[in-house]
Parts: sequence; structure tokens; C-alpha cells
Amino acid sequence: MPLETTSPLPQHRRHGSSAGQPLTRRDGVLKVTGRATYAADNHPDGILYAVTAVSSIARGRVTALDVEAAKAHPGVVEVLTPANRPPLAHDPDEKMPPFGFRVEVLQDDTVRYVNQPIAIVIAETLEAATEGAALLNPVYEVEPARTDLESGKRFDPEGIGIGAPARTAHGDIEAGLAAAVRVTEADYVTPPQYHNAMEPHAVVAQWDGDRVTIDMPNQTLALSCASYAAYFGIPAENVLIRSPFLGGGFGSKAILNGPQILAILAARMLNRPVKLALTRAQMYGPVGHRGRTWQKLRLGVDEEGRLTALHHQALCTTSSFDEFLEPAANASLPLYASPAILAEHEGLRLDVGTPGPMRAPGLASGSAALEVAMDEAAEACGMDPLDFRLANYAETEPVTGKPFSSKALRECYAEGAKRFGWSGRPLAPRTMRDENGFLIGWGMGTAVFHCPHFPAEARATLRADGTALMETAGADMGQGAWTALAQIAAEALGLDPDQVELHSGISSLPDGGIAGGSGHTASAGLALHNAGEDAIARLAELATNDPASPLFGAGNIGVVARSGRLHRRDDESRGESYAEILARAGRSDVVGTAKTARDPAVASAHAMYSHGAVFAEVKVDPDLGQIRVARLVGAFAAGRIINPRLVRSQYFGGMIWGASFALHEEAIADRRTGRIMNADLAEYHVPVNADVPSLDAILIPEDDPHVNPIGVKGVGEIGITGTVGAIANAVWHATGVRVRRFPVRVEDLLISREFA
Amino acid sequence: MGYHMSLSISLTINGLKREIALDDPRVTLLDLLRERLHLTGTKKGCDRGQCGACTVLVDGRRINSCLALAASLDGAEITTIEGLADGEDLHPVQAAFIAHDGFQCGYCTPGQIMSAVGLISEGNAGDDPERIRELMSGNICRCGAYQGITEAVLEAQKDLAERNRRDAA
Ligand code: FES
Ligand code: FES
Repeated sequence: MPLETTSPLPQHRRHGSSAGQPLTRRDGVLKVTGRATYAADNHPDGILYAVTAVSSIARGRVTALDVEAAKAHPGVVEVLTPANRPPLAHDPDEKMPPFGFRVEVLQDDTVRYVNQPIAIVIAETLEAATEGAALLNPVYEVEPARTDLESGKRFDPEGIGIGAPARTAHGDIEAGLAAAVRVTEADYVTPPQYHNAMEPHAVVAQWDGDRVTIDMPNQTLALSCASYAAYFGIPAENVLIRSPFLGGGFGSKAILNGPQILAILAARMLNRPVKLALTRAQMYGPVGHRGRTWQKLRLGVDEEGRLTALHHQALCTTSSFDEFLEPAANASLPLYASPAILAEHEGLRLDVGTPGPMRAPGLASGSAALEVAMDEAAEACGMDPLDFRLANYAETEPVTGKPFSSKALRECYAEGAKRFGWSGRPLAPRTMRDENGFLIGWGMGTAVFHCPHFPAEARATLRADGTALMETAGADMGQGAWTALAQIAAEALGLDPDQVELHSGISSLPDGGIAGGSGHTASAGLALHNAGEDAIARLAELATNDPASPLFGAGNIGVVARSGRLHRRDDESRGESYAEILARAGRSDVVGTAKTARDPAVASAHAMYSHGAVFAEVKVDPDLGQIRVARLVGAFAAGRIINPRLVRSQYFGGMIWGASFALHEEAIADRRTGRIMNADLAEYHVPVNADVPSLDAILIPEDDPHVNPIGVKGVGEIGITGTVGAIANAVWHATGVRVRRFPVRVEDLLISREFA
Repeated sequence: MGYHMSLSISLTINGLKREIALDDPRVTLLDLLRERLHLTGTKKGCDRGQCGACTVLVDGRRINSCLALAASLDGAEITTIEGLADGEDLHPVQAAFIAHDGFQCGYCTPGQIMSAVGLISEGNAGDDPERIRELMSGNICRCGAYQGITEAVLEAQKDLAERNRRDAA
């Protein structure tokens, strides 16, 4: 398949830049040869293995553990329980600022959810530690598990997501509904989902006095160092986290969790390196998940099919002891124009591990409901779903009235529809069949994701041989940071990526910001870009002040960096190489630095989002109700594209997550015990290769002069949004059945009267 | 340690014959490779035979190494991801995975590649993408790199068939 060659925008581009080119991954060879080192691949001498014992009840107390039996097992070195767990310097029942959660680290004998750590067994071998944990044979005092709407406790949250207000209002919603000629109202349910990165959470910790080296997959290096320092009562600079490769994160490796803290604590207590890796089942509890939601939408529409009111309510689950609520209803804030919009959230406490951000938090669940509701409203108006969305296109951010920093959504709609062949779509459902008699349906949804920008720092060193070293503590969890960041760095330096060494993934480097929220390339990228420009400016200063240089007297702005040389802007023939400049100055290198953040003035004047449109074709077996996604076409506009090959992969990954949300994923709790009945990779369905249809992602060019000086928006999460609704809407179009509970199942179709 | 037993097995791993004194009968092939021989290219995703991350070739056949007890494999010939490339020369499947961006985080990748190598050498791949998708479905990729994986297997299969024809001629 040919790669889209989106041409980088001239004002952001140095001549001969690699940015915008579909380079293959710089870490490709390491990854295909097994030489990329993930946390659990480390083996310091004298290593011990830790295995967590976890609760099998959802609420109550541990009244007995057979520590003797575990300790008697050959190879077992120590068993940590609430009785002997060494103290921590930060109270785990207090939140860790700025957005850490409460953690379960054996502070007492209470059990608050299934799979909570209740002890940790440390042994000479993994086998002995595993057996030791099994021998603990816990006895519980069980309290009834609160697992659903009936038993959970509802509450009004102070905030949702990470610090967003629980309620956002624009205009008068009841007046808007009263003014409508038609009101579409429906309820939607989304299930609990677990990140299930392929790499289980692992840690290898080793102490040297009051300094600790931690190998772990980590999306937030600097923040985590500060948090571990607080837990262990040591200065942040005494914590070194190495995270060169993450085997997927999706948000679950951005927040500290109990088992990892306990392993680090055990290493300190025993004064030996300790390795701990969660089992797959243990990832269904202490490391976050996407909470369940019940959502209600009310859409008021006028004669022309324009929204008069958009009311989105979400009831979102959290744990009994901490809060992370999916900001699901906020999905209705950025997308469609309406004189009245109201997004409201309510909380529901259950006996589950605390949820956390999971790929496209809020927007994944919220847009699933919103996009189906938009489809239902279009149907009620007798309008084509795309025309209906165009009729409600927001020219400015609906709630704030701010202009968008850029928004090529119209182009996404047009190009996506064209590639998909949308224009021939019959309005009525159940009208298309393939040659085998399968029902065919077409649906669409709008994709949107915000563009956060995290503070970041970087250092650029131009070396005597004309090559460069670029440094920032970023994280590559598969998005391709090692490649895209090197491309940005090389461009800033006027060098080829091959001439740029990029150091990243270790906390001792300048803070590369957070790898999350689809903001890493922009955040760490801008820091690298500015550090590179700073180094070039310093180099230019050396040259322009040196009478022996052909650049003498040109002044800083009179100089252009390209292909490892500085040239005069007014006379390209006059210039010299970086190596020559450094050699004559007798310097071994020149170092530039940068500290970057979003310009608050620009931010407050603009609304910043990536946009897209997703079109889906499904085929449904008319007898069995089996649903297959046959085609997905997504068109996305996300500012400047640094590497189309990697960006396309991010879109594909997101769209597959969307298909997974629509048709596969759901954690199912036993209502009596609260135990998750499918806490594995066989019964918790994630798509396999055969589930994934032909995918097409179109990269719509978009010039964003405001979002940040390098024009880059985020691409990691947007693919999920829009896709879920597109598939559900296609199922309706194929069958005439509106399923408002995700994932859409065979039985939802079979029991429906319309399907028969 | 362990059960104070000692069991000696002999394995040929990536062409190298090794005598291994096992002190514990519970050790799986996966944990033997990773924790005792420090061949960490093979990954653990589930330890239950559900994800394929631990796929290696045993006597040329694809298996989930997390489900095999090391002690039961005396005399076996094992190929892991570390044994595929010829020095710096990548195996065609490895090269195709890079060219088609058949991975993101790379954690499932050793297993995907070993599965692909296995199914190509079994003559199973053919040039039907639908069939390849089906046959590669024992290997989960949470990043969703499936499109690139399928393209990579198709290309590597063609490439290897071509080489075989050349070698035969
Ligand atoms: S680790 Fe062996 S199949 Fe998952
Ligand atoms: S590349 Fe990340 S799981 Fe496959």
C-alpha cells in the first residue's frame, strides 16, 4: 500500500528535512531481533523474585494468612504482609500530587477490590515465589460486593477525569429542548474495560544506600521520580527510572500502582535487587481501567435538522476509596454547534480498583454514545447522517465561542466519504446484502481529541565531528517517539536523522514531559526543536563573530542551517560546515538547551483539537446475528505530520481499539462476589488479526499556526473516537436494530423483534 | 533450592547445544529461556497460552513456550527470536516487519515473527491475506499492528518462496 506523502508545511520546514517523511522505526532492528530491553528483561546479580498474592474477594478483611507455610517453602526469602511491611514516607491513603492516586500497599488488612495485593512473597526463583504466594491460603471476613447500579453508592463528584469540572453548561438547555420540533432521547451503557497492554506491569528495583534504580515501563518519568521519592523519603534525584521501551501503556503505565511500590520496598528491605511482574489476571485491579458508564442523551432538533439543545449526562463508576470518573459527557462539548449544551456527570462507587485514564479517556465512551445519538437524530429527521453532521458543523468551539486553532474536519468528511463511497448509501436500514445474503450496513462517526501540551525540556549537543546528540526523557510505548522525535531534532539542527543520536527513556535526562494525552510528540518535540535552534544559534554566533569565517558579520538571523552547514541567507554559496566552525573555535561541542510549555495567551485564545471522520461497513449474518466489520475508512486532520508511516499505524491502532470497544471488549463481574470472570486474554476479548478488516487511514493536510510552534497535534487516541459509533451505526443500518449497550453482541440482535 | 532435585536436560538453542542442570521441575521453557538463560527476546504476555507472545520453534514447530515444561523437552531443538538473523543480516520476516511497520511497542513482535516463520516454513501461508490473518490469530497485538503484520507475512512468504526457487534452480 503506498504511503500518503503529506507535504510538510513550508513555514515549518527546513530544506532537505526528513520531517514529513515515512522513515521506518529507528528501534526497528532492536525490536525484531529481541534485543529491545523491556523492564522484566533485566537481571542484576543477586536478583530475587517477588510475586503478589491478591485478594479473591471484593470487600472485607483478610483475617489470616499462612505466612509460615509460605516461608517454609524452599527458596522463599521473605513474605511481606501488613504485619511487617516497612513504613512509607507518604501516606498511601492520601493522593499523591499532582494527579497520583491512592494506592494499596498493605497499609492494613482491608480488601477494597478483587486482585488487590494482600501480601507479597519474595524468593530466590520465580517458581518458589509463585508457589509461596499460593501457599498463603488467605482467610477472609467477607462483606457483600457492590458491583452494580443497585448496590453501588451514587455521589456528586467534585471533578471528573483529571481535574475537569463535573458540569459544563452553555445556554439554556430546557429552553433549547422546548424550541425543538423533534427531541431524540436515549440511554447508552458502556462496559468496564482493561488496558491489557501486552507487557504486564513489571519492575526491577535495586538500591544503593538511599539511591534506587528502577527498571519499569513508565509514561511519566519525572513525575514518577518525584512520587517514588515521596514514598521512600529520599530526594527525587536519588531515583533513577529506566524505561527505554514500554510494551504498550495506553494510560496504565502513567500512574503509580501498589505492586510496583511494594517490589521497590522489598528490594530496600532485603538489600537485594527485586523483580516483580504482574500476572495477566493481576492486571485486572490495581493498575486502572476504563470505568463503566450509563449515559443519557437528549438532542433537540429544529425544522432544518439543526440542534437546538444537546444534553449529555453520564453516570460513571469509580472505586470505593478514590476517584477517577470518565469525563464521558464532555464528548459533547467540542463537536457540534448548538445554542444550548449541557454536560453533567454523576459518580457511582463500586468495589473495584480505581479506574484511570485509558486510551481516549472520556472521549472514547462519550463519543460512542454521542455518535449513535447523532445517528438516531439524523434518522428521526430523515437526513443522511453525514449531512446531519454538516448541518451542525461547529465553526467555533460551541461552548466557549473560541476559534479553533485549525479544523480541517470538512475535508475529513469529504475525503473519507469519497474513499468509502458513502454517497450511494440508502437512508433506510436493512436494504443492502452481499452476494452471500449477508446484511450490509454503513455507518459513520466524527472523531475528535484535544491537544494538550506538557512542559518539557531538552538538550542539544553539536559535536566536533558534525553530528549531534539530542536528549530528553521521553517514552516510546509504540507510538514511535524514538523515530519522530529524532526527525524533529534533526530538522531543527539542519542534519540528517542518521547524524543525530537521540537519548531518551531515562529519568536522568532533561524532563521530556508526559507521554500521554496524545501530547508527547508535540511536547517533547517542541523542546527538542527549540534546543536544536538554540544550539544552532550558538554555533552561528561563533561563526559570525570569527573574522576567519565566511559567515563573519552575517548576524544570527543572516544565517541558515542546512545539511550540516551554516550558509549566509543572502548568499548560499558562502558557508561552512559545523565541524569547521567548531574546529576553528577550538571547541569540542556546542550545547543548546530549551524549556518549553504552551503559550498561555495563545491557549486561552484558541480551541485546539485533532479531528476526523470514520466510515464503517459491517456484514451481519441474517440467521446467526454474527457481526463482522468489513471495512473501516478514517480521515484525520492532526496538524503537521512528522512521519506518515507511524501516524498511520497510530490511526490503525486507534480504529482497532474502536472496533474492540464496539464489538469485543468487556470485563464481566460476578454480581455475587465482584470477581471478574474473564480476567485473562481468552475470555476478555480483544481483536485478533482475523477480526481486523481492511483498514484505510487518510492523512488530511492541516496547517496549524497556533497549536505550538512546530504545528504538531496528537494522533494516538483520536482513532478510537468516531469509530465506535460508526460501527454501531453500521450495525443499525444493516439490521434495523439499535443497540445502545456496548459491546454490541450477537444476542442483542437475536432477541430484537426488528432482527427476526 | 526448589525441590532439591536435579535434572539434567540437553537442549539445542539457536544452534548451540547446551546441557542444563534444572533444579526445579516447575520451570517452563519460557521461564528457562528468560530467567535462567537470559534469552529475554521471547516475551511473557499471559503465561497461559492465550496471547502468543512467547512463541518459539521447537523442532521446527510453533509452540507457546509458557505452556511447555522445560523438563519435558530433553533433546529438543529450539529456535528463538535471537536465533533468526544471520549476524547483522535480518531474516526476511524480520526485515518485512520493519518495512511494513508490523509493530508498534514491539512486545508481541518476537512471538509474531516466530509464528510467521513457523507458518511460512510449514508451507501454510500462501498468498491469501484472509488465510494469513486467520493463521496469525494466535498472536495478540494490543497495539493493533495487524495490517502491517499481514502485509509483512505476505511479502516475506513471497520473498522466501523466490529464494527457494532460486536455490533449487
Ligand atoms: S505468554 Fe505464552 S501464550 Fe501468552
Ligand atoms: S506491537 Fe505492541 S502489542 Fe503488538
